[in-house]
Amino acid sequence: MTAPVDDVLVRSLVPGVLGVLVRRGADFAAAEDAVQEALVDAVRSWPTAPPRDPTGWLVTVAWRRFLDVTRAETTRRRREETVADEPPSGPAPSADDTLRLYFLCAHPSLTPASGVALTLRAVGGLTTRQIAAAYLVPEATMAQRISRAKRTVSDVRFTEPGDVATVLRVLYLVFNEGYSGDVDLAAEAIRLTRQLAAAVDHPEVAGLLALMLLHHARRAARTAPDGSLVPLAEQDRRRWDTALISEGVQVLQAVLGRDRLGEYQAQAAIAALHADARSAAETDWVQIVEWYDELVRLTGSPVVQLNRAVAVGEADGPRAGLAALAAVDDVLPRHRAVAAYLHEKDGDRTTAARLYAEAAGMAGNAAERDHLTRQAARLNSR
Amino acid sequence: MAKYLLLKHYRGAPAAVNDVPMDQWTPDEVSTHIQYMQDFAAKLEETGEFVDGQALAPEGSWVRYDGEGRPPVTDGPFAETKDLIAGWMVIDVDTHQRAVELAGELSAAPGAGGRPIHEWLELRPFLGAPPTITE
Repeated sequence: MTAPVDDVLVRSLVPGVLGVLVRRGADFAAAEDAVQEALVDAVRSWPTAPPRDPTGWLVTVAWRRFLDVTRAETTRRRREETVADEPPSGPAPSADDTLRLYFLCAHPSLTPASGVALTLRAVGGLTTRQIAAAYLVPEATMAQRISRAKRTVSDVRFTEPGDVATVLRVLYLVFNEGYSGDVDLAAEAIRLTRQLAAAVDHPEVAGLLALMLLHHARRAARTAPDGSLVPLAEQDRRRWDTALISEGVQVLQAVLGRDRLGEYQAQAAIAALHADARSAAETDWVQIVEWYDELVRLTGSPVVQLNRAVAVGEADGPRAGLAALAAVDDVLPRHRAVAAYLHEKDGDRTTAARLYAEAAGMAGNAAERDHLTRQAARLNSR
Repeated sequence: MAKYLLLKHYRGAPAAVNDVPMDQWTPDEVSTHIQYMQDFAAKLEETGEFVDGQALAPEGSWVRYDGEGRPPVTDGPFAETKDLIAGWMVIDVDTHQRAVELAGELSAAPGAGGRPIHEWLELRPFLGAPPTITE
């Protein structure tokens, strides 16, 4: 009897297995390759011969693979030397190893794209081919990006303390800026953030997890069957995933109670207020503006100020929104889209139509451009 | 993580600094130029930034739909068409600044006299996937 291998379950074991190999003295790059090969073996042999201890199985096979490579290299130098066949009795996988692995793969010396690629492979256990397909680049390019990233961090000690903030930035990028292909990057980002939350007690990790859950809950409602974007106010809220929302709210409430606010928690709080409203009209915009004020204070980001202007427009009327918008740098992408929205609410359809058309020309992605073009067309066609 | 198209024009771009037609270079200068382009692509693959590169024939034809049940109409080439694409390279880079840097490097490909051509390349960002979190 055969059962298909649970891909997500197997990949969840990767950080622990890799951590064991590195702590036994394997260098990170070689150990990571060995773990990938052990995963391939697992997918092949587990359906007919499922191991009693999957982690132990992966450690043993990966260690042998590592030794094979090491032996092949050392043989060239010292043919007579023998390397022990049996793995030394070593440490068991630990939460500390998992955390160190996240730190290493999101090391500040890596560019964002490299950190993302290395994290998905070495922590997530995805293959280079899957990662390349997810980011629409050739496999050879992604292979080089990953091996270059490994070289970049090769001098970093595995035990070096890291910064949770850099890890969160990488996970945020995986969640927010992925294409939708065979690999569900949003789900993968959530899985990796959950795993991180289990390894470290940090309020912003919980904040990011809540933020992801609350946005993921809206996924089914966010696009129409033809692939076009459905704005928040027009989404069919019955299609929101209530289980994800209640989990997100629960995670958020627990962490807000600790009174160590950060930007992900504040963003999650805004998402939770939207999730809370049974209809767009029932949204508590006054509270949302207060959270944006917190976010401006925490980040000073112009993008946050832009979104705040939308919230002010809803809470205090379009004139107030336009006044808030006047203080925001107008070179920002989406500045004109926000201006168009507020002008239409203020009754100036001609200005709104012109601004929507300009906004479409400045959009950074096709779905948004098409949405903005339709808005301009709607206003121009009556 | 953003993709850019680097467009090279046969015609339609502003004049290059070292603006000598390729058929008037020495054969060695042509070989050096081609080697530079190949090395550039290989280097980008090594940095994990290469997506695609293709060259196009100088002339093509124009095609349009001509109604139900009728074969498409073909026409051209039109000598008066101002813009003529010679080829492209697609890169995947972390920042716009990096894209500009790479385009500048490609524009430095050697031409007549072995000196950089300083040709104008068109740099166009791809429209990517919409971000999940927008509010």
